[in-house]
Amino acid sequence: MNKKWLVISTAAAVVVAFVAGAALLRERSTQEVVQAAQTNNDAFVRPHSPVFGNPAAKVTIVEFFDPSCEACRAFYPTVKGIVNASFGQVRLVVRYAALHKGSDRAVKIIEGARPQGKYWEVVEKVLADQPRWADHGNPQPELIWDTIKDLGLDVEKAKSAAGSPEVEQVLRQDTADMKALKVTATPGFFVNGTPLRDFGAEQLKALVAQEIKKQKAP
Amino acid sequence: MTTTQEPARAEPSAWTPLFLAWLVALLATAGALFLGEVMGKTPCVLCWYQRIAMFPLVAILGVGLLASDNQSARYAAPLAWAGWAIALYHCLIFWGIVSEALAPCSQGVSCADADVQVAGIVPIPLLSLVAFSAILALLWFANRKGKT
Repeated sequence: MNKKWLVISTAAAVVVAFVAGAALLRERSTQEVVQAAQTNNDAFVRPHSPVFGNPAAKVTIVEFFDPSCEACRAFYPTVKGIVNASFGQVRLVVRYAALHKGSDRAVKIIEGARPQGKYWEVVEKVLADQPRWADHGNPQPELIWDTIKDLGLDVEKAKSAAGSPEVEQVLRQDTADMKALKVTATPGFFVNGTPLRDFGAEQLKALVAQEIKKQKAP
Repeated sequence: MTTTQEPARAEPSAWTPLFLAWLVALLATAGALFLGEVMGKTPCVLCWYQRIAMFPLVAILGVGLLASDNQSARYAAPLAWAGWAIALYHCLIFWGIVSEALAPCSQGVSCADADVQVAGIVPIPLLSLVAFSAILALLWFANRKGKT
């Protein structure tokens, strides 16, 4: 009987140590992320960053976004819904986090098409068609041209823009900011500089609501 | 700690080495899961094969301990040997004695990557090799005790 208890209590002790260690590590990495956000205040929004919603909104959701990320695709309607339901109080700023193979090319294609307007139409098409072009084992971002051909864009112009140094610079800056802000997974959200640590749609809505409240009662 | 009023088929002398072998497997399992799931290090292919050998040892030896059944040492042995062999192979790759081109890790996480280290010093495959070696030694010890 004693021995059985020894086995059971040892197993329980290891489980407790595991959970405690995980909590400790999470707490420490939360502190690191919060600190990175505070020290890199300028890294959230750059002049080149696409903005959805009222540009003068007091609450800014910064989303580090990867076109080939399934979670970004699933989250897109939620984020758009939050902005649309906010009566101009919330805006979305898109930053690129090209974490998957082929994502860098996809970002360049999206950015290449951007000067012709229709940025959000392009993003939505690209996301809708993601299962086709963004196979993580064998990504084919060039298929995006086919995906967006019905939007009435000048494809040749977009193609040459996609290879331009300006677009290259956008991607480089966003990647540098992603690293400075310690974003390691997409979508990575910040609301007015506060990182969304506990990932989820409800948690994001709660964080946005909290920031709106803060802005109303300073 | 061990006042022995166990049924006759339980040989108390074999229980302790089996408990220690189980403890090593338990700590190795918890450690591997911690590195992978909490610290976010993606296991390479060879790491997965070693996990496949290590994780069931916790259950097999654990049930043996609860039932005071020394036969669990026999059932655990093939897994421990398989894990030991893969760990040795992985160490040879890590130290560059065997070229990675021979290893089945061309895609995904490299098995020879310096990232497979704990605290930047101890290579994970070496930890695994030590753990499997300790388990094998303890199983052998338990087997010998169980026979006499």
